[in-house]
Amino acid sequence: MIPELGHFALILALLVAVAQGTLPLAGAAFDHPRLMALARPAARAQFLLVALAFICLAASFVGNDFSVQNVAANSNSELPLRYRIAATWGSHEGSLLLWTLMLAGWTLAVSIFSRNLPQALLARVVSVMGLVSVGFLLFLLFTSNPFERLLPPAAEGRDLNPLLQDPGMVVHPPLLYMGYVGFSVAFSFAIAALLGGRLDATWARWSRPWTTVAWAFLTIGIALGSGWAYYTLGWGGWWFWDPVENASFMPWLVGTALIHSLAVTEKRGAFRSWTVLLAILAFSLSLLGTFLVRSGVLTSVHAFATDPARGVFILAFLALVIGGSLALFAWRAGAVGLGGGFDVVSREAALLANNILLVVAMASVLLGTLYPLFLDAMNLGKISVGPPYFDAVFYPLLAPAIFLMGVGPLARWTRAPLPELAQRLKWALAVAVVTALLLPFVLGRWTPLIALGLFLALWIVATTVANLRQRILSSHRRGLLAKLAANSPSYYGMLLAHLGVAVFIVGVALVKGYESEQDVRLEIGQSIAAGGYEFKFLGVTPGPGPNYRALIGTVEVRKDGRLIETLKPEKRIYNASGQTMTIAAIATEIFGDRYVSLGEPLTSDDVRGAWGLRIYIKPFVDWIWMGAFIMALGGFLAVSDRRYRLAVKRRSSLAVDAPPTPAAAE
Amino acid sequence: MKPRVKRLGWILGGLAALGIAAAMVLNAFRSNLVFFYTPTQIAAKEAPQGRAFRVGGLVESGSLSRDPNTLTVHFRVTDTAQTIPVTYTGLLPDLFKEGKGVVAQGTLGSDGVFHANEVLAKHDENYMPPAAADAVKKAHDGMTMKSLVTTQGSAR
Repeated sequence: MIPELGHFALILALLVAVAQGTLPLAGAAFDHPRLMALARPAARAQFLLVALAFICLAASFVGNDFSVQNVAANSNSELPLRYRIAATWGSHEGSLLLWTLMLAGWTLAVSIFSRNLPQALLARVVSVMGLVSVGFLLFLLFTSNPFERLLPPAAEGRDLNPLLQDPGMVVHPPLLYMGYVGFSVAFSFAIAALLGGRLDATWARWSRPWTTVAWAFLTIGIALGSGWAYYTLGWGGWWFWDPVENASFMPWLVGTALIHSLAVTEKRGAFRSWTVLLAILAFSLSLLGTFLVRSGVLTSVHAFATDPARGVFILAFLALVIGGSLALFAWRAGAVGLGGGFDVVSREAALLANNILLVVAMASVLLGTLYPLFLDAMNLGKISVGPPYFDAVFYPLLAPAIFLMGVGPLARWTRAPLPELAQRLKWALAVAVVTALLLPFVLGRWTPLIALGLFLALWIVATTVANLRQRILSSHRRGLLAKLAANSPSYYGMLLAHLGVAVFIVGVALVKGYESEQDVRLEIGQSIAAGGYEFKFLGVTPGPGPNYRALIGTVEVRKDGRLIETLKPEKRIYNASGQTMTIAAIATEIFGDRYVSLGEPLTSDDVRGAWGLRIYIKPFVDWIWMGAFIMALGGFLAVSDRRYRLAVKRRSSLAVDAPPTPAAAE
Repeated sequence: MKPRVKRLGWILGGLAALGIAAAMVLNAFRSNLVFFYTPTQIAAKEAPQGRAFRVGGLVESGSLSRDPNTLTVHFRVTDTAQTIPVTYTGLLPDLFKEGKGVVAQGTLGSDGVFHANEVLAKHDENYMPPAAADAVKKAHDGMTMKSLVTTQGSAR
């Protein structure tokens, strides 16, 4: 009964989505207020229906209803409750339902928090999101029904892929999807602006917070996925340039460009067409990411399904959304206009250069991800593009982008005289260069890449300090606290997010520069030295788990002969699937991790014989994720700015009229 | 300099920078491509010597052996038509098993042994990496096509 209720709710949601996607749009086109007024109730009804369907699916998983195909294929009665709930989005069907739920949620949020929006704009935005929802609901109902019954019912489920039985599965997909789907708001605002032919600073102020929030969620989602891969795959890597990771990284790169381009559109009224194009691109890449991961075209743990009908549907949908919005862009971009001009040395120019570098970086990821698939599809042979390609491309592309990150916030809008800019930057540059050249000697070993990484990180920190100092010196208020309080939350959000990038770079540079990885054969009682520590293997003992059997290794870690910790890496064999999983044991400290994972037994006696072990030292690795969280925190802080919630009275007064002072800037 | 000339200069400079970036990306792309060969193709000497490539197929049952004192393993990869010996030093992934699909990356030695520096088997239990599945399928197709050709030839 519950699955049928869910199925029915999905069908109703489709009908509502069709109404939501057409009527308010028609109302906006023919200036019909009552049709436009349908947007809000439709968004509400849509959310309730999709949420009901989602709850029904979750209930089927929680209640072990193995007469539902999806449950039988992806769950098991032995599975702990939190993973039965997470299994709701563990399958292809369930994850698309989660996607649709997120979309309905974002639409509802827009309809609630955008009371100040002109009716026509809101109607268009909600309608465009409704149309996207129509596509996803059609896809769910016709190719991937999550409520499909299984006749006769299975006695027991086949279990969730053990790789996914992890706390990461509970939080990573929902947060990642929050980000992915969140770009649909920016996309819908862009389409609405093209349809309405009006795009100005006020428009940018409305769509900016949504984009920033989506970006922050995407940042956290990607970081969680990276951390999950680090401890669960047992290889100690935090980024593999796997197509699935690339699929989430491409919208992030464009999303990062978009939030900066939106800033220029809000502050200066410039970059308008470019902003619209980026919004279309960011959401298109989110859709492409969903397609790559969910259609089964990739060899990866994330691609569970292989069904050509689905692939064809998503390809057609992608072509329609991307082709349609680009055609609309080509037709209407003229009405939107380019916006104000600027000098080649100005904050706009720095941001534009940064935007272009980010987009080129995205294109290089796209090439490395899609070209092998393309060749394969054309039967021209199989190739793979690995980390060496991405490393070779990313360092030279992102190093100048990060350098410009330091310049941009200190440059004046429209025209930044070079001598003045140099004056503002010279101390930051000196401090960063000298420290970066000397610090590696203190840390251990000097290599150009470590020095470059440290320079970029220190450069961001130093320019941030210079920026804050500039603000304090030019403030007319009395007292340091009052001077600091005069700045807006979005200014501090920007500084915080940039500092997050610095922390991230420190993590990347130092873990790449100083990590030590040893795959070793150890007999019981044998020790090995790594990174100033001594690791002693004391053998493995069997241990029980809720739905698996485990072999738990014991490794004592000593420094200068003193025992500092005992690590317990695990090897798990899952009852339902018989699949083996490696769970690394990690001792985390602020300056780095000690990472031990069990490889395999090397003799037939797995309890008394020798084992292969991975003993890794990962300096500063946690700074990578810490940096990502700080970036996201900066995003949330920026959105808390009051100006986004003020009723917008000055409809079309462009911020271009504001005097070009550095203080007017984020 | 006139503003117009100056602007033109900047635009040309920007285009040149973009061109250099594109050339750099494509060059990095070309020199880091890793091609995939099946055991049959390797047996037919189609695979390059010295340059890294990938080989895929099934781990032949009963072919896995270990050095007693190191982490070096030897096994054979088969596409059911041809097999190729592989040697690898390191820890094998969880899903590496005899009779299951595998993809190895490395170089082919002059002795005909494939020296892997990476062994991939990151898929689930019931799933074969497409590259490995493809190798097995191609070997089958090759056989049926050959037999097809001979029957047609004799009919004529």
